[in-house]
Amino acid sequence: MSNPQQLRYSKEHEWLSATEDGVATVGITEHAANALGDVVFAQLPAVGDTVAAGEACGELESTKSVSDLYAPVSGEIVAANQDVVDDPSLVNSAPFEGGWLFKVRISDEPGDLLSADEYTAFTAG
Amino acid sequence: MSNTPPRHTALDPLHRSLGATMTDFAGWDMPLRYASERDEHNAVRTRAGLFDLSHMGEITVTGPQAVDLLNFALVGNIGSVGTGRARYTMICQADGGILDDLIVYRLGDQEYMVVANAGNAQVVLDALTERAAGFDAGVRDDREAYALLAVQGPESPGILKSVTDADLDGLKYYAGLPGTVAGVPALIARTGYTGEDGFELFVAPEHAEQLWRALTEAGESVGLVPCGLSCRDTLRLEAGMPLYGHELTTALTPFDAGLGRVVKFDKTTHADDFVGGEALRAAAERAEAAPPRKLVGLIAEGRRVPRAGMSVVAGGEVVGEVTSGAPSPTLGKPIAMAYVEVAHAAPGTAGVGVDIRGTHEPYEVVALPFYKRQK
Repeated sequence: MSNPQQLRYSKEHEWLSATEDGVATVGITEHAANALGDVVFAQLPAVGDTVAAGEACGELESTKSVSDLYAPVSGEIVAANQDVVDDPSLVNSAPFEGGWLFKVRISDEPGDLLSADEYTAFTAG
Repeated sequence: MSNTPPRHTALDPLHRSLGATMTDFAGWDMPLRYASERDEHNAVRTRAGLFDLSHMGEITVTGPQAVDLLNFALVGNIGSVGTGRARYTMICQADGGILDDLIVYRLGDQEYMVVANAGNAQVVLDALTERAAGFDAGVRDDREAYALLAVQGPESPGILKSVTDADLDGLKYYAGLPGTVAGVPALIARTGYTGEDGFELFVAPEHAEQLWRALTEAGESVGLVPCGLSCRDTLRLEAGMPLYGHELTTALTPFDAGLGRVVKFDKTTHADDFVGGEALRAAAERAEAAPPRKLVGLIAEGRRVPRAGMSVVAGGEVVGEVTSGAPSPTLGKPIAMAYVEVAHAAPGTAGVGVDIRGTHEPYEVVALPFYKRQK
């Protein structure tokens, strides 16, 4: 699998798009989606919620387990992907595209986000 | 559990070449899934799936008193099992607590193969060995002697027929016969843990790969796929089949688990002195008079998935515990098995929920199984 170069990554296996007008799109990586197995339920943060970097803001449920969804940055949620709520398998089939989870207006971001190459090395370990 | 390195089946390199996600299961490194576990599940329900179950523990019991030993050591009436037939049974402690659930195959006049769960194989071997004292019978550890492959699903008879001359039409459910499959000697058993028609093939480990490849090829045109333990768990859960460590434990008797029918008090021998017999007679009466809890099915009204250990609640009180839970691919909803207080255990009982991380999610109480195949 390859991690898109234009994205940045958290050690909790979220990806973060480049920002447009201060807003970035967030999803989980293909590595994370593969580790979870078939996602069957997604509870996403609601529009208007304030999230804090590194804190749980939702959950993804798969056949075997439930995993917290972490916010890679701090800010306000401006969109949640209703398509994923309706069809959670999008997280598995298109984790970097149609399986995006939410959009956040960034107020603060941690200094330890990874580049694609760094994240690839991180998951190879 | 321990620091011993994981054990690998004879098919381990093949699983890795297929890109399987592996998992530790009872000390074995086993395929969890190859691709999507939901697709694997659906393949078994509608077409066919191929499993490596070589972690299961085979124990051979032979000798003039083999049947007497098994009647004494197990809760079933092994004396009524004909040659070439199999029986689902259990081995219990003296206090009636379940040590394991087993399938016993009668391979010959004086020869039986006991198949135990991987995690309990040593316990069962030790118990049988100890209980064999005074019997003219031998107990042999055959865990290394067999690999076990399972072909399960409605297409499995056709697939198997294309690689064996054995009389599969004459092979009934819970029967087993020696034969040749894809050129290798095998014990062919019509058993499984999926709720579908299917076969389990016991072969020498050095023949496992040849058999796997032949079955894969034979099943390709009808949609057979390799299947991991993840879908095996959801398949057995839908079929209402118990899993040791979840629905069955040493703290429960077969009667507590709703499986009192496997206990036979009218055995051909050792009806009066089999291990656990006295405690099980009391457990049978208790189950009749005042069962504390009952094993039921729960179907979610919402989408959050119940997991083993979560509390079943009603009216703000804890009334039971989930033993297994998963999203059901067949029903399209989360399902669970749970031990629930009798007052709340009747199908359709209103107001029952599962405490999922602090939220009481509503659940429908149903009788097991969730899924029964059309015959």
